[in-house]
Amino acid sequence: MTTIEAPRSPARPPRSKGVNWEKWGWLYMRASGVLLVVLIFGHLIVNLVLGEGIKAVDFGFVAGKWADPFWRVWDGLMLWLALIHGGNGMRTIVNDYAHNRTINRTLKILILAAVVVLILLGTYTVTFFDPCPSGAPAHLLPDFCSTISK
Amino acid sequence: MPVEAADTLESTRSRPGGTLYRGREGMWSWVLHRITGVAIFFFLLVHILDSVVLGISPQAYNAVIGTYKNPIMGLGETALVAAIAFHALNGIRIILIDFWSKGAKYQRIMFWIVIVVWVVLMLGFAPIHLMNVFSEGSAS
Ligand code: HEM
Ligand code: HEM
Repeated sequence: MTTIEAPRSPARPPRSKGVNWEKWGWLYMRASGVLLVVLIFGHLIVNLVLGEGIKAVDFGFVAGKWADPFWRVWDGLMLWLALIHGGNGMRTIVNDYAHNRTINRTLKILILAAVVVLILLGTYTVTFFDPCPSGAPAHLLPDFCSTISK
Repeated sequence: MPVEAADTLESTRSRPGGTLYRGREGMWSWVLHRITGVAIFFFLLVHILDSVVLGISPQAYNAVIGTYKNPIMGLGETALVAAIAFHALNGIRIILIDFWSKGAKYQRIMFWIVIVVWVVLMLGFAPIHLMNVFSEGSAS
């Protein structure tokens, strides 16, 4: 007769007091998942499928998209939701395989650092992007730049 | 708490070692979900840095995104989209198992629906994308 461990044994025993963070994390994975289906499929259709797909993607293409705040909000949402979803998923996987305390903590700190740094960089980019940087060759910029006096 | 496997889970195959979970749809969907999740995560880390280059200069960004347009990378992008499509569809299956009252009952058929929809999506996507990356010249 074989005995098997109960699946998904928690890395730490569950707390009896306070906020149940594991539960909210579990719920977040599902809620963000539903939103990400729409956001990522939309992203891939616009950038890879429509028109000439990837061949059309360059600075001018992005400047054209980000001229509309709609796509900036879209990308910002996708950035936050996907990185936190992915980071939390990676945390689960580290807890499943890294049983050594030091390795476990180190990996989780690395994941957290990567997520925080990339959210900051990505949010900065999508917020402060300038479609018509001065001094750049005009043929690389979207057409509307020539009509704006800087 | 340990569970006595042989008593509680009736083997669904004559071959020993097969249970309701191990070696069946439930296990393989989990393995694939995990592998695709990790792959997408690492892609995303690099991908955000792509957009950060937008702030450096148009020339620098076009050089970086230009690498996405060669045929080898095109194959990689096809694999990436395949991974995302599976992860997304199977993610919906997981959510249905958790929140739909009949979800657990239909988990196995839902796995095969995921596979069929995934094949259909990829048959639609791959030719379009491969034709773009293998055709000569660039639109810009
Ligand atoms: C090969 C496939 C992909 C291509 C060619 C691509 C292309 C691009 C491009 C050109 C941008 C600039 C802004 C825009 O066009 O909206 C962008 C931004 C972004 N992409 Fe993708 N993308 C791909 C796949 C993905 C996937 C799978 C994800 C999610 C997991 C993703 C997440 C993002 C995010 C979060 C941003 C915003 C970055 C920021 O705020 O700085 N992309 N992508
Ligand atoms: C396209 C929409 C997506 C959906 C519907 C989705 C759905 C899910 C669901 C339901 C889970 C299971 C969570 C649990 O077991 O508690 C999960 C896990 C995971 N997801 Fe996603 N996800 C999506 C996109 C992404 C993206 C963009 C990434 C990477 C940045 C990602 C990385 C992961 C990882 C690493 C896990 C952990 C896998 C494991 O524990 O075995 N997912 N996802």
